[in-house]
Amino acid sequence: MLRLHFALILLVLASAIALVSSQHRSRTLHTQLEREHERMRVLEVEWGQLQIEQGSLAAHARIADLAESKLKMHAPERNHVMVVDTAEGEQ
Amino acid sequence: MKFAHNPLLAELLPAWRARAMLIVMMVLFGGLVARAFWLQAVDNEFYQRKGEERFSKVLPTPASRGRVLDRNEQVLAMSTQVSAIVAEARPTRADAKANPRDIGAEKLTPSQIRQLADLLGMDHREIERKIPDQRGRGYLKHQVTPEVAQQIMALKLPGIRTEPEYRRYYPHGEVSAHVVGFTGSDDNGLEGIELAMNRPLTGQQGSRRVITDARRNVVEDVETLQPPRDGGDVRLAIDTRLQFLVHSRLKQAVTEHKARAGSAVVLDARTGEVLALANWPTYNPNNRAQLSGAPLRNRAFTDTYEPGSTIKPFVAAMALDAGRFTSDSLVDCAGKLHFGKYSIGDAHSHGTLSLAEVIQKSSNIGIAKVAAQFTPSEMWHIYDQVGFGSPIKLGFPGEAGGRLRPAASWKPVEQATMAYGHGMSVTLMQMAHAYTVFARDGDLIPLSLTRVDTPPLNGLQVFSAQTAREVRHMLELAAGPGGTAPQAQVPGYRVAGKTGTAHKLEGGAYANKYIASFVGFAPVSDPRYIVAVMIDEPSNGVHYGGQVAAPVFSDIMNSMLRASGIAPDMPVPPLQMARNTAIVKEGM
Repeated sequence: MLRLHFALILLVLASAIALVSSQHRSRTLHTQLEREHERMRVLEVEWGQLQIEQGSLAAHARIADLAESKLKMHAPERNHVMVVDTAEGEQ
Repeated sequence: MKFAHNPLLAELLPAWRARAMLIVMMVLFGGLVARAFWLQAVDNEFYQRKGEERFSKVLPTPASRGRVLDRNEQVLAMSTQVSAIVAEARPTRADAKANPRDIGAEKLTPSQIRQLADLLGMDHREIERKIPDQRGRGYLKHQVTPEVAQQIMALKLPGIRTEPEYRRYYPHGEVSAHVVGFTGSDDNGLEGIELAMNRPLTGQQGSRRVITDARRNVVEDVETLQPPRDGGDVRLAIDTRLQFLVHSRLKQAVTEHKARAGSAVVLDARTGEVLALANWPTYNPNNRAQLSGAPLRNRAFTDTYEPGSTIKPFVAAMALDAGRFTSDSLVDCAGKLHFGKYSIGDAHSHGTLSLAEVIQKSSNIGIAKVAAQFTPSEMWHIYDQVGFGSPIKLGFPGEAGGRLRPAASWKPVEQATMAYGHGMSVTLMQMAHAYTVFARDGDLIPLSLTRVDTPPLNGLQVFSAQTAREVRHMLELAAGPGGTAPQAQVPGYRVAGKTGTAHKLEGGAYANKYIASFVGFAPVSDPRYIVAVMIDEPSNGVHYGGQVAAPVFSDIMNSMLRASGIAPDMPVPPLQMARNTAIVKEGM
């Protein structure tokens, strides 16, 4: 009888300690998860900024401006445009 | 000396005193047990709440505003997180006692303030002024980029914190400003699509209760009080490539003709989508300092003008549809048309013209005579059906409906002037929309600012398909060599369209100021795009729609047809022309 009691008390103690340790583990893991969430948010902000950056760098106004000022390009005038007839092109 | 002897000890005390003492102690102890039981089991709420206040917190879960995209997923507007820098004076005395190191921003040393000022790019005196002396908090600067905010937090200055804020960026700036609009500092839409679609764009911030440890790390999620909801993206029908073409060509035309303003609209005739919408003057929505005044006006939607001759095809279509006229019916357009003290004339006098030529040469007398064959209510009905006189209701702020008086109040002379677009007013968007009946087979489909993936099959049938075809032919003549707008032509494509040159009303009388407009579509064999251009007060010598607005139409249409790879429906002549010039160039 006494031996059984002793064993049960030991089991209770072990489970109590296991509970504490698993609670601790869960909290550490949660902190980690939280940190990853935070990182995700930071990355999302960065992704947004990169999208905006890409948008403004690729804006047509900027490209047209660069093409004209830096590369000295210009749109062809009407009489310099040739409309190629596909039938004629195949010949 | 004998220390062991003490007279007090020698005296025997009565036994009841010890027993009484024991009882008193037991009672006191019982009191403690009862109180402990009371606090633990019965009245436990108060201390539990106090405890929770120490370790549990409610945190907001951020939600962002949706993006505005063009039809090809290009970003037109997007929010990104930035920071506001806040200076807090020591909040309360109790907090100060609990944590003496937690002092407020009022204790910053001059060198620390100077450091802060350098990072923020502000004057250090201004910062000193903004730091509250006693209690409370002050914003030092709004909309600080994350990099700068991080550097400031790395200084670990007392009482200086950051708060999350959002800032909206418009990568295409002024090019699409009138369509997209902008938001206020609270991230709520104030103009354009941002306002019209504010509800689907707006996100809903959530909140959650958490347990934190001593270092304020979140260790456990207790419950989600409200889940966050991110704002949805809005995909517009706008094509930024076309938008830029339209914007720059319009800007060029307004400058070239020293005009006050201008607008241009491009519609897809098959789906009713608004592919481009530009106004000049415009503004840069990224620069909050200049967000006021006339440039903000989305003229294509909010400004009404007297349409002038662009309205004539509707009268011609009415005449054809009723069966009382054919394209070849002759109308005497000579001289002047008199209504009591008023008389109507043409800029260039014509003899007898067919109905098709009345549209081609844009004769006021001719169209007024055609209109006189119909009752005012018949005419009003047509104008009403194609959408004049009532707002398009796309949800745009300040959308105007134009002016179309009830038919009962029309006098004969007014019916005549309304046949050539005076005495009534429309917006450019209404005019472009109305022309879809000619670009399509006589039916009117609803417009859409957002992308349409399944085009509507049939709209409201206003004219018969046969009538629409005949009017298309007349409009092609008008944009041809013998018409009012040969400059509207696009090499390789058949185009159709009508010019308008209207006097401006100033203080109830017509002034010598004009609005030149052109509305047309191409390719005529299978109309795809409708382009409407309006130039307000061209004042550099020319003012006719055919000279001012038609070239803009032609350039926009030309770039658009080529950019979207639509097969030319009028071969040969441009090819020859191009060859010749190329050879001449080589010879030089």
